[in-house]
Amino acid sequence: MARLTESNVKIAREIIGRYPRPKSATIPLLHLAQEQDGYVTNEAMSHIADLVGCTAAEVLGTCTFYEMFKMEPVGKYVINICGTMSCALLGAHELMHHAEQQLGIRAGSTTPDGLITLEHAECQAACTEAPCLQVNYRYRFRVTTEGIDQLIDDLRGAKLTEEIPPHGTVARVRQHIPVNVGVGAVDPDTVSTAPAWLAVKEEAK
Amino acid sequence: MSESSATTSARPRRRVVNLPAHVGPTRASAYVCEAVSCLSMQSHDVLLGLGERVAAAGLTDVEVKRVGCLGLCAAGPLVQIPETGELFAHVVPDNLGGIVEALAAAVPGGERVPEAPFFSRQLRIVTENSGRIDPESLEDYVASGGYQALRTVLSTMTPAEVRDEIARSGLRGRGGAGYPTGLKWNTVAKAIGSPKYVICNADEGDPGAFMDRSVLESDPYRVLEGMAIAAYAVGASIGYVYCRAEYPLAVSRLHKAIQAAGRSNYLGASMLDTEFSFEVDIRQGAGAFVCGEETALIASLEGGRGTPRTRPPYPAVAGLWHQPTLINNVETFANVAPIIRKGGSWFAGLGTATSKGTKVFALAGRVVNTGLIEVPMGTTLREIVFDIGGGIVDGRAFKAVQTGGPSGGCIPSEFLDMGVDYESLIGVGSFMGSGGMIVMDETSCMVDVARYFMDFCREESCGKCVPCRVGTTQLFMLLERITTGEATMDDLAQMERLGHMVQRTSLCGLGQGAPNPIFSTLRYFRDEYVAHIVDRVCPAGVCSIEPAPVST
Repeated sequence: MARLTESNVKIAREIIGRYPRPKSATIPLLHLAQEQDGYVTNEAMSHIADLVGCTAAEVLGTCTFYEMFKMEPVGKYVINICGTMSCALLGAHELMHHAEQQLGIRAGSTTPDGLITLEHAECQAACTEAPCLQVNYRYRFRVTTEGIDQLIDDLRGAKLTEEIPPHGTVARVRQHIPVNVGVGAVDPDTVSTAPAWLAVKEEAK
Repeated sequence: MSESSATTSARPRRRVVNLPAHVGPTRASAYVCEAVSCLSMQSHDVLLGLGERVAAAGLTDVEVKRVGCLGLCAAGPLVQIPETGELFAHVVPDNLGGIVEALAAAVPGGERVPEAPFFSRQLRIVTENSGRIDPESLEDYVASGGYQALRTVLSTMTPAEVRDEIARSGLRGRGGAGYPTGLKWNTVAKAIGSPKYVICNADEGDPGAFMDRSVLESDPYRVLEGMAIAAYAVGASIGYVYCRAEYPLAVSRLHKAIQAAGRSNYLGASMLDTEFSFEVDIRQGAGAFVCGEETALIASLEGGRGTPRTRPPYPAVAGLWHQPTLINNVETFANVAPIIRKGGSWFAGLGTATSKGTKVFALAGRVVNTGLIEVPMGTTLREIVFDIGGGIVDGRAFKAVQTGGPSGGCIPSEFLDMGVDYESLIGVGSFMGSGGMIVMDETSCMVDVARYFMDFCREESCGKCVPCRVGTTQLFMLLERITTGEATMDDLAQMERLGHMVQRTSLCGLGQGAPNPIFSTLRYFRDEYVAHIVDRVCPAGVCSIEPAPVST
């Protein structure tokens, strides 16, 4: 736990290689660290700083800005209940209250067994399906109080492990653009000419 | 990989789809919606079940396929038979007999079921493929006219001609502000500096808006094609799609599309055997609304805190890594290919004098047909809410429609016959925004609505500039006082003064637009504010106000 593992360092280097400025990889690497440990540890932030060539404070500054990055351990499942307009109009607050009762925790905290963290969220862009929530950013639509109970039961019974990866995994795809192929890695400061094809196209006319 | 969810799913979600291969020409097809909303209601089981039933019935000339969003999310899961126009709503996996019978009876070119107003009143350009093609199939996209525009552009047009065509179309930015797209492309093309970058802004966060998610989930290739044409037109070779990380399905479909397009030479080096090269990378955000602002988005791509900076210089001149950068919204890019295919003049013939083409709206709230709709600019609110939307739930009275998210406003019933375009919305104190439309009836309290949006802005303010950081919090507290019956009329005056200050002095659109929900509700529903303050009652019965203490 903590610093990025050897295999993740390999992935990290590939991501860094895609950008002309290593620091641009900070956010993808924070996602990687969170995927590894479920949250972003201090050690991981120092490690990222080393990898992208900036100070740990800069990584911390970036990390704290974004709501998705957790700097303390959270549950294996983070339940985000949307509380914005459409959902609020259709009972999101009652849902949150019910979830708090069922889990015995307040929004923003984690169950003692470390399984579930409950959070408020802003619009999750499923307003026609209100009220909605996300579990580790996987949708649940038109949620009822019974739906919450069922969800909690299923999570406790480990019935959703296939559908919902542990907290930290966002989309289950990882782009693979090897450094030697990636065009994005070219340092803009070293390029002054327009792409070759542009001249060809303009001359052709 | 499907990133779907289902309400009850103890069983594994991923099963290999072995749909029966049909032989010879297709007589009839069943389009099963596999957008997020229908997926959550087991449309994947419907797809599999239908495949089995069709095979069992020996219907070898019937095709069962997965398609993107059909639009009428309120009635999902949806199955459509395009040959007859029949639409099956609320389909359950255990009861597919009716669909199989309809498929067996379908005659191509035969009698068609008249379309419901929800569909017939729409004009689909951006969403033309939604619900018609398999979003994960490049072949399907190509078969429906996909990549024709890119081919035309690369083989017969110069970059300048492409820009002229876009300028002629009158297309304006669909992210909200409505900046002329052709003008922006010209600025980037003429900006000194190389390399140039193209960014697709998919960091959609406006409450009530989800058209970008739907376009990416239902027709990802269209966005990639639009980006490639844009890159060609402005002289860029690298593109980034900055997408919300909360959209795993959109990200994975886009990822698949990039892979498939790359394999077939629709992306990458020497595209379509020309000299042109263009590559696209996906960047996932991390839950910051303000990153939808273009300079904040760039700061985030560069690895920093997603805070906006002052403009000028605009990103078109000095953007990503200080290079000229074209940033457009998903929906803007989705309009590009049709414009090239059918011509700028065709597009300019749609819509109103100042706003051309169509707009996709996410219709939500207290309306019968919630879902994603696309209508020509200038369509009236009445048509949208009553004809397409089917009116208000439970036959209640329409009160207002909220557009433009947290920078927008509430439009009351007296403007129902107003045509919707960029200017008309601003004229009534609202804003186009990215296209969210939340319909409200008499059970909604306008002060409470303003409070919600201010809570959102307060939460999402990046904290860089003082007027927004402190102002939104103060405005929120004043609204809290009003909704709990603790405010005085002085507080109301104070709120208006403060609102104007925040509007005038904030750094970016978030702060500048934040007071709009207050101003628009004050403009049309001032009596509700007064009722909360003076009479200590909430006319809609939403806010819980303690009765006034009886003075002895």
